[in-house]
Amino acid sequence: MKFVPYAKSLAVALSLAVMAGCSSTGGTQDGSFDGSGAAGGAGMGGGTSGQGVSSGQVSGSQLGGEGSSQQQAGIPDVRTIYFGFDQDTIRPEFESVLNAHAQYLRRHPDAHVVLQGHADERGTREYNLGLGERRAQAVEQYLSVQGVSPSQIDVVSYGEERPAVEGHSKQSYAKNRRVVVAY
Amino acid sequence: MKRLTPLLFGWLLLFSSLASADLTIQITKGSDQAIPIAIVPFATDGAQLPEDLSGIVESDLSRSGQFAPLPRDTLVATPHSADEVYFRDWRSVDSNYVLVGQVTPQGDQYRIRFELMDVYGEKRMLGETLTVSAGQLRAGAHYVSDKVYEAITGTRGAFSTRIAYVTAQGAGDKRQFALHVADADGHNSHQILSSDDPIMSPSWSPDGGKLAYVSFETGNSAIYVQNLATGQRVQLTDFKGINGAPVWSPDGRRLAMSLSKDGQPEIYIMDIATRKLTRITRNGAIDTEPAWAPDGRSLIFTSDRSGGPQLYRHDLNSDRTQRVTFTGDYNSRGRFAPDGKSLFLIHRDSRGFHVAKQNLETDRLTVLTDTQWDESPSVAPNGAMVIFATQRGNQGILGVVSADGKASYRLPSAQGDVREPAWSPFLN
Repeated sequence: MKFVPYAKSLAVALSLAVMAGCSSTGGTQDGSFDGSGAAGGAGMGGGTSGQGVSSGQVSGSQLGGEGSSQQQAGIPDVRTIYFGFDQDTIRPEFESVLNAHAQYLRRHPDAHVVLQGHADERGTREYNLGLGERRAQAVEQYLSVQGVSPSQIDVVSYGEERPAVEGHSKQSYAKNRRVVVAY
Repeated sequence: MKRLTPLLFGWLLLFSSLASADLTIQITKGSDQAIPIAIVPFATDGAQLPEDLSGIVESDLSRSGQFAPLPRDTLVATPHSADEVYFRDWRSVDSNYVLVGQVTPQGDQYRIRFELMDVYGEKRMLGETLTVSAGQLRAGAHYVSDKVYEAITGTRGAFSTRIAYVTAQGAGDKRQFALHVADADGHNSHQILSSDDPIMSPSWSPDGGKLAYVSFETGNSAIYVQNLATGQRVQLTDFKGINGAPVWSPDGRRLAMSLSKDGQPEIYIMDIATRKLTRITRNGAIDTEPAWAPDGRSLIFTSDRSGGPQLYRHDLNSDRTQRVTFTGDYNSRGRFAPDGKSLFLIHRDSRGFHVAKQNLETDRLTVLTDTQWDESPSVAPNGAMVIFATQRGNQGILGVVSADGKASYRLPSAQGDVREPAWSPFLN
């Protein structure tokens, strides 16, 4: 088994993160990192092992969160819609929100959105990743029926990993079962 | 004279200057069937040791739930070698076993000698000597615990193993995620990855040298493999949609995973060397959280093809899939016991989400925990304990329960949430 070396130093990790951030705003990611920038990590070993061991510390960070780039005029203000418990159907009260995004995207064929699907904390994490994706896909389906080009839409599920609100109350759960339309 | 294996030594010396906040142990439930054992503080010839060796052994054995070490102030004598042990003394305090020993500094190393005595059988069961450096004293103590545990229970001890886990600190967009590796008792913790984006689902390679995990650092989930000795990492998958739930095959050559590149999450097996994918499931449901049977011939996974999440077993030879859980409407994230005869999983009942054990021969499901928000069970390589994530107040902590549910303890962090524990294989 051969593994390609990857960044070990903070600086290199950050530069890769910049690349990653850029590519994510441009649509799908292509290829895996080739680790061309692998720099020597600080040797942390010692003692009697006699082996040089590195820290293994890698920092990854993504540039640009929701709505932090492409602040164009006219993007609808309401960008989050909510779902019922164990539901991925779009509630009637959010149709107008999605209609406004559909209209904007049709008028701006160069605009691009990432539909970020989320679940509440109940249940296991990987299964909740699937639930978050179902919700984002329901929004994707809705937008495409409204005439938005599939090439303008990406779907990412965060499952329960990025709660909007902390806590174990029904109110918190309701705010966390959501899809964010991120430009 | 015995020396600890180089692999174990390498582990302990890794990342030595990067220790992060250790987890602490709080025992929550002891078994009433625990075996009484007298652990006599080891003689040190007056030397001040950086670690209390017999104290670490006492804590290890006590935590297992299978032993009840006598309180130090009730010890009737303080022998340091077999010939100083009078069995009558120890019968009078109902101690079944006596562990004695001595730690002798030798230059910058320490020689540890220990002997285990069977009080009612009136014989010596163990007698060993090992040499360690100062940085390896804890490892030396865990080695003693492993030997004592195995001599008395007949099951290999898992005190010299490690755990990986994910921490999250801060709220909202400021949340910081990190992946850590620590000794099984929460000590010697080391951060091996940090990120502004979620990190999920660490899984140990069968040789203990690598972790596979999910990171969102590219803006989407992707599966990475990181070498723990060198820190080198490689991104294994970059598919559209979910790249999740990586788990190593017992032979170390393949990873089972869940990918939604075809529309919804499906189980795949990737040959790591060639990156070739074999698709295992094919339906419109969520199929995720795969786990390998110890013989590598079948996988279990979570699927909601029947409505709610349940566990299914896929036989790789016959290509047939069968549902295995039928108790209740929510069963997920299964992991096999090392003997392959039972599963540990998350089961929802009216009180919440609990770690449960399903006997695969009788199909009987037994809830093991009374905590409410359990997730991510991971089984110790000797099958005696299960580590899992749970909540205490609003803090995510790790819990450990014995495979029979009789004993439990928790491993909270001083701050932030701890989650997604993964118990390492045997490392020595």
